[in-house]
Amino acid sequence: MENFTPVSSLIGGITIGLAASLMLFLNGRICGISGIFGGLLHFKKGETLWRFSFVAGLLCGGVLLLLYHPRSMVINIPYSGPTVMLAGLLVGIGTRMGSGCTSGHGICGVSRLAPRSLVATVTFLASGAMAAIAVNQFWGGQA
Amino acid sequence: MMAHVLTFLSGLLFALGLGVSQMTQPQKITNFLNFTGDWDPSLLLVMVGATGIYFVTHQLILRRPVPMMGKRFQLPTRREIDRPLVMGSALFGIGWGMVGFCPGPALASIVTGNESVLIFVLAMGVGMYAFEVLDVRFSMEPDGGAGLLPLQPKGKS
Repeated sequence: MENFTPVSSLIGGITIGLAASLMLFLNGRICGISGIFGGLLHFKKGETLWRFSFVAGLLCGGVLLLLYHPRSMVINIPYSGPTVMLAGLLVGIGTRMGSGCTSGHGICGVSRLAPRSLVATVTFLASGAMAAIAVNQFWGGQA
Repeated sequence: MMAHVLTFLSGLLFALGLGVSQMTQPQKITNFLNFTGDWDPSLLLVMVGATGIYFVTHQLILRRPVPMMGKRFQLPTRREIDRPLVMGSALFGIGWGMVGFCPGPALASIVTGNESVLIFVLAMGVGMYAFEVLDVRFSMEPDGGAGLLPLQPKGKS
């Protein structure tokens, strides 16, 4: 457990919780990234601009991190292009089919004790663990 | 205008939270999910922090009759545990566990210009779009697409 970062994880988590709270307070919506981003893929009046604003904020947050906390933005993915592409496809299809991801189900839904979100979260944690272990065991983390 | 500026700030804050907790780093995710290796429980504390705050704030916020902008709160109301929910979440988890990316961190780290991140986000968009197209088509069939998956009419969370 030498990589465990309890303090920064807790502070980061609280920040994420506050961001999701702000979304609920402002727009009355669940802060689900897959839903917000997915809704941008087809234009619908009154549904596009707020989504765009949120995603723009997410990207600008990324720029701030690059400038002031570059350590967090050193992305090291030791996998081949096709593997990354397959993972992206699965995340795209899965989050739309399952109506949410780690933010919408995992944070907002779990906090609201929503039964669908609790089931979704347990499911993606379990399949995620299996996938991570399989990639590590069978391909030595180099798929 | 004000609404969009504040929504922008919500996205900004979200990204900063991901960065501070290093959830932008895929190996932090895979080292959590792969508990057989050198386990890193950090993600658990991120979840504790985020759900702890939201558990309290959402109850306070929902005491208001309406959100600050917009006419009403739009929260998911569905309660049934159906096949698309479980199957979709399982598929999402596989992709998440394979490389350690979920939608939020992947979008926030586009700005690194990292080739893998760009491939991932592009594929994710294609996957979302493809599902939406198929979902609409199947749910318009007489049997609602029951032959393949019991896809329901739209009800997004």
